[in-house]
Amino acid sequence: MLTGPVETLTYLGGLLADHEFQLGVWETARAFGLALAIAWGSGLVIGLLLGAHRLTGEVAEPILTALYSVPKITLYPVILLFFGLGLSARVAFGAIHGVVPVALFTMAAVRGVPPVYFRTARSLRLGPVATARHILLPACLPGIVSGLRIGFSLTLLGVLIGEMFASQRGLGHMVIRAMETNDVRLLIALALFLVAVATGAGALLLALDRHVGRRGAGPR
Amino acid sequence: MSRAGLIRTGVIVAALAALEAACRTGLIDRFSLSPPSEMAISAARILASGEYTRDILATFATVAAAAALSIVAGFGLGVVLYRFPRLKRAADPFLASYYAVPSFIFYPLFIVLFGLNRWPLVAVAFVFAVVAMAIASVDGFLSVRPILLRTAASLRLTRAQTLRHVILPAAAPYLFTGVKLTVVYAFIGVVAGEFILSGSGLGYRIAFAYQSFETATMYGLMLILLTAVVSVNMLLWARERRLHARLTR
Amino acid sequence: MTGGAALSRPEPARTGGSAAGAAGAAHVRVRGLTRVYPGAGGRPPLKALGPLDLDLAPGEFFSVVGPSGCGKSTLLDVLAGLSAASAGSVSFEGRAVTGQVPDGVGVVFQEDSSFPWLSVFDNAAFGLRRLKTPEAEVRARVAEALGLIGLSGFADAFPAQLSGGMRQRVCIARTLVMRPRLILLDEPFGALDQQTKLLMGDELLRLWRETGATILLITHSLDEAALLSDRIGVMSARPGRFIDLIETGWDRERDSRIAADPGFGAITARIWSQLREESLKAMRAAP
Repeated sequence: MLTGPVETLTYLGGLLADHEFQLGVWETARAFGLALAIAWGSGLVIGLLLGAHRLTGEVAEPILTALYSVPKITLYPVILLFFGLGLSARVAFGAIHGVVPVALFTMAAVRGVPPVYFRTARSLRLGPVATARHILLPACLPGIVSGLRIGFSLTLLGVLIGEMFASQRGLGHMVIRAMETNDVRLLIALALFLVAVATGAGALLLALDRHVGRRGAGPR
Repeated sequence: MSRAGLIRTGVIVAALAALEAACRTGLIDRFSLSPPSEMAISAARILASGEYTRDILATFATVAAAAALSIVAGFGLGVVLYRFPRLKRAADPFLASYYAVPSFIFYPLFIVLFGLNRWPLVAVAFVFAVVAMAIASVDGFLSVRPILLRTAASLRLTRAQTLRHVILPAAAPYLFTGVKLTVVYAFIGVVAGEFILSGSGLGYRIAFAYQSFETATMYGLMLILLTAVVSVNMLLWARERRLHARLTR
Repeated sequence: MTGGAALSRPEPARTGGSAAGAAGAAHVRVRGLTRVYPGAGGRPPLKALGPLDLDLAPGEFFSVVGPSGCGKSTLLDVLAGLSAASAGSVSFEGRAVTGQVPDGVGVVFQEDSSFPWLSVFDNAAFGLRRLKTPEAEVRARVAEALGLIGLSGFADAFPAQLSGGMRQRVCIARTLVMRPRLILLDEPFGALDQQTKLLMGDELLRLWRETGATILLITHSLDEAALLSDRIGVMSARPGRFIDLIETGWDRERDSRIAADPGFGAITARIWSQLREESLKAMRAAP
């Protein structure tokens, strides 16, 4: 039933040249790119706002934590009802997975900047823009990068889940089809491909995370 | 209640009221989204009728089994990674991107291995959840201040005593976070598996209701599931906050 | 407390570069101790300490002062058995110390090492409970130790509710209940303010007299060393070696008020004259 590693790799090699597979990769990449842009962009904005305004942050944090913990996979019929079977459903599913961790990490990073940094900025007579650029940004960067990294992973997960349950296209859909036809060889090859891509990207982001973290200012 | 808590309650009530109004006035199509009040009524009816009780219990029992296994095994894995830093360094990129790949795509393989019953669901949820516990455990162990380990050595503690009486309590907040995440991931794994291929359970019933256009039932079941998860989480979250409050200065 | 004023105080006597006295009844005995850190990533190995010799008499209060990075803390780690010597030997009560803290040795660190999840009482009882000491005895010994350091009213408090000085006392109590015959202190008051430091020093002297333990204190404070010690070892910049040994000649009954004694100024002046050059070296060598 299970296939050997050599056989799987050979099969994967053939798959990479396959037109349908390439189309699937392209569909997934497109949805992922859009979802990631939405998750990162809106997560950063939400996180910065919540971090900057103490009361708003206190109001929102438990709500965000609860949203973070909801198994969003349960909501796939809702997404389908609203977005239909298309690109927007996959993008939406990816974005709702990724946006919350980015917002939570960004908020924590902004809140964690030691107040003495802002007093230093005032004593050096920096304006708000210079303070944001030269104090706030470098001080928060390590936390923000960690959030972006986790947002990356969860957005990819969301897009793939979206494709599995709410789409006719992309790698996630290929996975579901392989499941339905019991094509174990294809399933394992797809899984291997996804693991390789995700781990490669994850390793890059982890290296960036650590690089920024080492230089990052302030006590943790 | 604190000021933030009051405002939060207000925000949530207002959001629910707005949603209710949007549904009632037809701003949002009734067929796509039930008004929150009808969701609650539907959920209450489902619970009262007992029609889905077996499915609800099956899902929760499966989640409990998978979470328990994941917590024990994940903790053990965390100890191993802590004891062998080289192994951890090698595993880091995999751990960091583990949750980018929906590992429940291996569900069909587990069906082949275990047969079509609840065990493939336990297995798939375990595979999904165990890594969260392992990461949280090893992060917790590594967060223990070195001075506390030196203190343990200066008091002539054995390795087992150090683990039990110093490392464990010092890492407790992280372990708690791990337990919380593990429960969530176990839910995701089980529900996803029930969506994909199963003849029972909440996930299966939700998918079935969706396919047979029973919107009210679908939202009622969803509300029950989400309320359960959020409640478990809030309970653990409150305990975690108390732990943190005592340990930080 | 008694004996602030009537102090016998001979002129500090120069005893040369080795702290090893006549062999025999030494409580702690160090010979040719060296500690080298292997160079990581192609860098040359770093010689942190030694070679140095040291003999501590039973019940002696010995302080080590030296510039930053001279290996003071490394010396304490090796004496405690928390890390191993690269060469040379350490013995405590005639038995070699190798890679494990010997029975009868207690250590107090500079960094706060109280366990935040335990109450003050449970912190102090920690070591005894690991030895499965009967609970009645645990209670008695913890109560005694807490009384000795003035924390009796705080047995149920948690460290997070205490000041830095009180937390450090919790750590001292945790060591005291084990009834150590040798107490190693690594800048235990380094993080405290000057006034608290002086008072803690007085308490330490009282504990030393009442327990009869041998004490080795690592410090960067000239005053602390001059006030508290029977003998002071002055260390050079890295690799640390003893460049001077000073006998203070203080009475056993003493407290911080001896700071007013002219001899106190003479001792600190002598330490500083030795240390100034070494501290400059250490500062220039600092990365």
